[in-house]
Amino acid sequence: MKNHLTPLHHIAHARTGDKGSRSNMSVIAYRKEDFPILQRELTEEKVKDHFGFRHPSAVKRYDLPNLQALNFVIDDLLDGGVNLSLNLDSHGKSLSYWLLSMEIDTK
Amino acid sequence: MVPDIYRVACAAGFSGDRLGVAKPLIDALLKHGGPACLIFESLAERTLALAQLERRQNNQLGYEPLLQEMIEPILSDCVQAGIPIIGNFGAANPFAAAAVIASLAKEKNLPELKIAVVIGDDISGSDYQRIIEAHLAKSDQELLAQSQLVSANVYLGAKEIADALTAGAQVVVTGRVADPALTVGPLMAHFKKSWEDWDFLASATMAGHLLECGAQVTGGYFADPGYKDVPNLSNVGFPIVEFDSQGNICVTKPESTGGIVNRLTVTEQLLYELHDPAAYLTPDVVADITRATICDLGNNRVELTGIKGHPKPHSLKANICIDGGWLAEAEISYAGHHALERAQLAAQIICDRIGEDLALRIDFIGSSSVFMSDSGEGPLINPSKSFEDIRLRVAAANQDRQLAMRVCREVTALYTCGPAGGGGVRTSLKPRLNTLVAMIPRAEIRPSYVFYGEGK
Repeated sequence: MKNHLTPLHHIAHARTGDKGSRSNMSVIAYRKEDFPILQRELTEEKVKDHFGFRHPSAVKRYDLPNLQALNFVIDDLLDGGVNLSLNLDSHGKSLSYWLLSMEIDTK
Repeated sequence: MVPDIYRVACAAGFSGDRLGVAKPLIDALLKHGGPACLIFESLAERTLALAQLERRQNNQLGYEPLLQEMIEPILSDCVQAGIPIIGNFGAANPFAAAAVIASLAKEKNLPELKIAVVIGDDISGSDYQRIIEAHLAKSDQELLAQSQLVSANVYLGAKEIADALTAGAQVVVTGRVADPALTVGPLMAHFKKSWEDWDFLASATMAGHLLECGAQVTGGYFADPGYKDVPNLSNVGFPIVEFDSQGNICVTKPESTGGIVNRLTVTEQLLYELHDPAAYLTPDVVADITRATICDLGNNRVELTGIKGHPKPHSLKANICIDGGWLAEAEISYAGHHALERAQLAAQIICDRIGEDLALRIDFIGSSSVFMSDSGEGPLINPSKSFEDIRLRVAAANQDRQLAMRVCREVTALYTCGPAGGGGVRTSLKPRLNTLVAMIPRAEIRPSYVFYGEGK
């Protein structure tokens, strides 16, 4: 069967926050019917791989079906975070858009 | 019967947030006419440590630098309408902040204000040293022993704010309190619920969580043209929460302002900086939003219900800030033919010269940095034709100021010793702060409040 790959940002929006070197990323389906696709496609492993270049130590996913949202808590994503990282975006606030660039199968 | 609605408006989401946003909020509160308060949340994780450094230089400073400008336009209206103002704009020096507000009131010929100052969050004194050390991780204990302590503050809860308001405070100035406490305090003072009514406390906390970043719930930090459009973002309104005695929350904004409040903006902010949705830890309650529902009522009104609460944690979070050495950053631009190759050669030169002594971060920033005119005319990015404009950024940090400074020197030397056509060097060397976290048992902390002029 043919894959229906599409960037995540076509069906979901996201926001990132930080506490130290730990990041949290909400991913929210625009349409309720797309929420199961998020649940199926955005596994903890796939999200960890997608951020592999940052060497996260752990990814934990929380599901909020009422809100058609997932919340990812990603440890050690931020090179030490706002105090220690040399990144211009030391909070990692722009990283939600890296997650939204992930290609997912929508079928 | 008209339901008992209390409105909380938020006019700042961080230190340095936009000025002039409080007036439309107060106008909206006055139009509704019911009981209400105005909050200012102006402390991020590091703001307090920076304020502490400022206070060291001048013991009259160390509070929110924009305090006067924030309060001035609305102080008279608030006092006359009985709308209390609650803010953590006291930062490292809440008594100095209270003095500013008192003198502003005097200038405006207002009757002497009852200004409460919440104290007990600052644990940087030597009497707390042993307690802090005992509750730090082993590696952090070593870091603390090797470094200079800048600040140490416990996140206090809402009790002292509520008590001060009940005692008639017209303004409450705090240092470090949990951000939602600025909202929980007035709601508890108004509705007079039990401090063990966990569901009510959790709802009040999440109302405060939605408000605490200012415009982040009203369309700020949300726009993505074509996907998430926001009307009149240049004049984004700040939020108002309508809260009832059952703990139901309705988020809205002044009609006269731009921005948007819908299911999407509220969901993004509800999950912002939240980890386990079943256990959002605050000093007052552990909030649980796993069964929460969001209902878009239209017309920039969104209802949030179904929040549960669990008993408050036994310990309080403290942020311990220590000196963190020096951060050096330096940039130079290369544009036109072979820009990236020349920038890469420049980066290689920097790495060859100081890469062994310092851990360097290199960025190649590219879009437009040098060819446009000051009036904005000139070559724009054309996606179909690659146009090169690369700004090289080099960053490093070190405890040794002289060593960190080499980043700035070496990038500056690229002017004459590096690749062709480099221009626009900017360098900066700044002290860094490092934050450690300790969980301190409640019994060790003694929060209270005093009225300005009475207690000190």
